[in-house]
Amino acid sequence: MSTQHMPLWEVFIRPRNGLHHKHVGSIHAPDDEMALQAARDVYTRREEGNSIWVVRSNDIVASDPDKAAENFDPAGEKVYRHPSFYDIPDEVGHM
Amino acid sequence: MYSQGLIGADTTTEETEEFLAAFQARIDREEKIEPNDPMPAAYRKTLIRQIGQHAHSEIVGMLPEGNWITRAPSLRRKLALLAKVQDEGGHGLYLYSAAETLGVSREQMTEELLAGKAKYSSIFNYPTPTWADIGAIGWLVDGAAIMNQVPLCRCSFGPYARAMVRICREESFHQRQGYELMMTLAKGTPEQKEMAQDALNRWWWPSLMMFGPSDSDSSHSDQSMKWKIKRFSNDELRQKFVDATVPQAELIGLTMPDPDLRWNEAKNGGQGGYDFGAIDWDEFWRVVKGGGPMNRDRIAARQKAWDDGAWVRDAALAHAEKRRARAASATLEAAE
Repeated sequence: MSTQHMPLWEVFIRPRNGLHHKHVGSIHAPDDEMALQAARDVYTRREEGNSIWVVRSNDIVASDPDKAAENFDPAGEKVYRHPSFYDIPDEVGHM
Repeated sequence: MYSQGLIGADTTTEETEEFLAAFQARIDREEKIEPNDPMPAAYRKTLIRQIGQHAHSEIVGMLPEGNWITRAPSLRRKLALLAKVQDEGGHGLYLYSAAETLGVSREQMTEELLAGKAKYSSIFNYPTPTWADIGAIGWLVDGAAIMNQVPLCRCSFGPYARAMVRICREESFHQRQGYELMMTLAKGTPEQKEMAQDALNRWWWPSLMMFGPSDSDSSHSDQSMKWKIKRFSNDELRQKFVDATVPQAELIGLTMPDPDLRWNEAKNGGQGGYDFGAIDWDEFWRVVKGGGPMNRDRIAARQKAWDDGAWVRDAALAHAEKRRARAASATLEAAE
């Protein structure tokens, strides 16, 4: 049995032009070419997309979940960033 | 770090009473738990066991049907069966990936399956001697699996729930092709109808056993319900399956092999439902513990696939390494 693990890749698929690539899951493959082939076989059996990105899971830089509060909570207090914060006469209509 | 590449990561969490209460509160608020979130060790362990078992079932489940691919009676049936078996392989891969976000590796899970330490659905330890078995598996086995899996789409663990959404979307064709196959046989010659009835007779009870032991004997149920890994009890799901399936059999002129089966107006809070006969739990436990007709064959087939594939995995890794080294030396030369 091989002692070396097959590298893990994250798979992103664009359902159709005009939309973002979206994370759909992961696969194991020895290199980029085989990762793309495996992603195609595993995640697009029913016309789920027209473009695939694969990226080594180890190469993804992600935010620290323990710092989620300090990173993301402050935005909740900044109500003035939303249109509903501003009072405008009804007569103006849609703005 | 912090992405989904968590195989072998340190997953220890200090489980104070406050932590456990806060975790349960998150579950109660219907918040999803994601791979990097702190979670009780038992929650992690339960999910690794359940998702691993589920993944193994998909992979082992390819074997009884694969048995008939070369002998499908028409190109249409062959295409459908090939697509279905390929789907099962894909489902196994979605699920292994989901389990891996909990820190376990695919190799570890495979080793546990081959060593007989990890279980898979006992239904796949029954043989498929006739073509009608392919119909019965699609209709009954996939039908029971869908009944189990639809509530899992709302499981509290994000990666498992997302995998289940994909799987459920794909499985409904599996059940429909199986039912259509049974219907075609049931409308055929007397021999064909008899073949369909015989397959139903053999698969009906094992399908009911797929939902697991009765609620009174199920060791994992209570905590899994509390953690919202499970949403319905084994007996509730089994009843739903019986109620949905009995009319389907009647419609195509087949008879359930259960003399005690009868409509009961009072069931399901007055909505009505079927009373059915006693399940042979001795048979269930015998098959779960390795005494089914095909247990040894199934593991031997998986072991052979794993062993025969070893050189392919090694060669693919060596090829990738060679390409990487060549690309690196080309970059070096270009820089000189």
